[in-house]
Amino acid sequence: MRLHLSPEDEAFRDEMRTFFTTQVPQSIRDAVAAHRELTKEQFVEAQRVLNAAGLAVPHWPVEWGGRDWTPLQRHIWREEMQLAAVPEPLAFNASMIGPVIATFGSQEQKERFLPATANLDIWWCQGFSEPDAGSDLASLRTTAVRDGDDWVVNGQKTWTTLGQFADWIFCLVRTDPTADKRQRGISLLLFPMDSPGVTLRPIELLDGGFEVNEVFFEDVRVPAENLVGEVNHGWDYAKFLLGNERVGIARIGSTKRMLTDAKEHARGITVNGAPLSEDPYLRARIAEIENELLALELTALRVVANSAGGKPHPASSVLKLRGSELQQAATELLVDIAGPLSVASFAGEDSDVPEWAQVATPSYLNYRKVSIYGGSNEVQRTIIAGSILGL
Amino acid sequence: MEFSYDDEQNGLREAVSGLLARAYADSEQRRSVVAADPGFDEKTWSRLAEMGVLGLPFAESDGGMGAGPVEVSVVAEEIGRVLAPEPFVEAVVLAGGLVSDLGTDAQRAEVLGALAEGSLVPAFAHAETGTRWEPSARAVTASQDGDGWRLTGVKEPVPHGARADVLVVSAVVDGATRLFLVQGDAEGLTRTGHRNHDGTRSARVEFAGTPAAPLGEGTGDQSAAIEKAQARARIAYGHEALGAMETALTTTAEYLRTRKQFGVTLNKFQALTFRAADMYVSLELARSTVMWATLVVDADGDVVAAADRVRLQTSRASRHIGKEAIQLHGGIGVTAEYSVGHYTSRLTAIDHLLGDGDWALARLAATVDQHETVDPLG
Repeated sequence: MRLHLSPEDEAFRDEMRTFFTTQVPQSIRDAVAAHRELTKEQFVEAQRVLNAAGLAVPHWPVEWGGRDWTPLQRHIWREEMQLAAVPEPLAFNASMIGPVIATFGSQEQKERFLPATANLDIWWCQGFSEPDAGSDLASLRTTAVRDGDDWVVNGQKTWTTLGQFADWIFCLVRTDPTADKRQRGISLLLFPMDSPGVTLRPIELLDGGFEVNEVFFEDVRVPAENLVGEVNHGWDYAKFLLGNERVGIARIGSTKRMLTDAKEHARGITVNGAPLSEDPYLRARIAEIENELLALELTALRVVANSAGGKPHPASSVLKLRGSELQQAATELLVDIAGPLSVASFAGEDSDVPEWAQVATPSYLNYRKVSIYGGSNEVQRTIIAGSILGL
Repeated sequence: MEFSYDDEQNGLREAVSGLLARAYADSEQRRSVVAADPGFDEKTWSRLAEMGVLGLPFAESDGGMGAGPVEVSVVAEEIGRVLAPEPFVEAVVLAGGLVSDLGTDAQRAEVLGALAEGSLVPAFAHAETGTRWEPSARAVTASQDGDGWRLTGVKEPVPHGARADVLVVSAVVDGATRLFLVQGDAEGLTRTGHRNHDGTRSARVEFAGTPAAPLGEGTGDQSAAIEKAQARARIAYGHEALGAMETALTTTAEYLRTRKQFGVTLNKFQALTFRAADMYVSLELARSTVMWATLVVDADGDVVAAADRVRLQTSRASRHIGKEAIQLHGGIGVTAEYSVGHYTSRLTAIDHLLGDGDWALARLAATVDQHETVDPLG
């Protein structure tokens, strides 16, 4: 039992902090900090800066650009990145399909895809959810039928985040509709988004943004060599991928930054002649969230310290559950500090309403997603009740 | 940053857990012990002394074991796990801690050596009606009488105040708060003990010109020292609460697995299992904060602030878990004949002995603007 970081980890943290705050373009970090939508070019530029320094995919195998870091170092890397408002390496590339290809892909697939995936030369999107397959992903109905050297894909995916920027999709498809268990008849295919028969329809979200899409497949032909691993084993790869998706999903550094912003904004608003930041109720609300966030960060540190053996710590579901709740609490706090200004969402640059107040409510509404994606919080409760409490 | 226990600490946990499991194998054993004064088992207290547990945090030169706050935390968790009524936090961490911090060589040798041997139980007489959770005294005053001192006034409620062999008493001297030692058989000392809702004991302690010896040699205000010793006790109580919350949750989960209604076991009802899952979330978050705070004590960091964080987190968690444990059991949870309600009762007592969650929140809120972020790694 020891409180402080070792001198090596302390030095590592300083190195990360210095890099993130000096090497990633300020304009991109400002955009993240201001909750603006990033352009594709900004995502790509940031990831290439990280990749050039070996900081885009540290959790990959070393031969494909990974770093032999401890779980604690990975945690520090991620938190410092969020604190510095650096856009994280695109999750679909770095956390999802990259590790799947590195683990289950053929040598040819690794060589073809991994360097381009790390550098965001290929932008991936995720073809998992369908209109009738959300939390119950195994009920997916998009089919792939073998025809000569190709698979022919028909069906529909939804909630495809940033699909409008994507070059390729990794897509779960049903290849054996007769399998005795529905999980057994699923495969994982990779194909370009500009393949004939792929169409994309953007879905407008409550915040007015377009970050998710529906994707339709009509007789899309995919060469057989683009199937990952073995036919009908796609569910195993999907579970592996979703396990990785939950890593870092607590987003503690990001929530910390929102609380810092909240305190600063509260200083600039006057209520009955005194700064809102002196209101005892508001201070208590911030202090309570801060304390919960401290508990969450310490839990994350406990989890990373105990997950070196490869098996996730039982408390890791707590990270997703409470991490999402605290992100939402912070966005709600910002709306409440903005008060009457919070309705002026799209007032624009000519308005006296500051940008943070304009984006507060759209962000709050957008962040309702965080307790839904990555395994909804109800799914996390089911995991805790079932695998931890034995209920 | 390291959260695992070493072999010696695990050994200590096993030894204490084994001893207490024999003493309190079931809820009935505890019920019969707390039914009679002094509200705990003197034999178990002696066995804890034989194991070295009662002298753990004190210097070897004072008759202690020279162990650290992590070892103290391990014992407190095991105490909480079976709801052992022995006053470990009250006598060793709090009253003993004050003597250890402030006492003269002779006072430390006299009190701590005997405490470690199990032959003397000290108690901290600090609370007064009409005030709450301050580090200073108001109603009890001390005045000089020749070479000595005499105390006047009432302390209440004083945990284990009737059983205690020696009292560490806070009193006002010229507007400052000072600490004194009062022997249990001192003249002008009237102690009226009673049972508390959680089975422990407290007392009304009245001083009427009672002879008292100043604790330590200094002459200044000692409320900062009281604050610090209470902070360590708040953290130790956090561990006691953790042990209790964990048992309350495992007892509840076991009940959901076995109790049948509508022809099925209760764990078939998602409305119940989701609530149990939320109890687990509260437990693990509290565990993280409490373990961290003990490391802050170990590293001699800002113990007072860390203790406030523990109080807030464990207050919220223990109310959540304590109330849900009873609700998920149903009517049996409200009976004294079944175990789980006693856990809720004890958690409620711990929550109010040295400051509750809202009290801690008010203190944290007062300083919330003085930092940008909270960094647990310092």
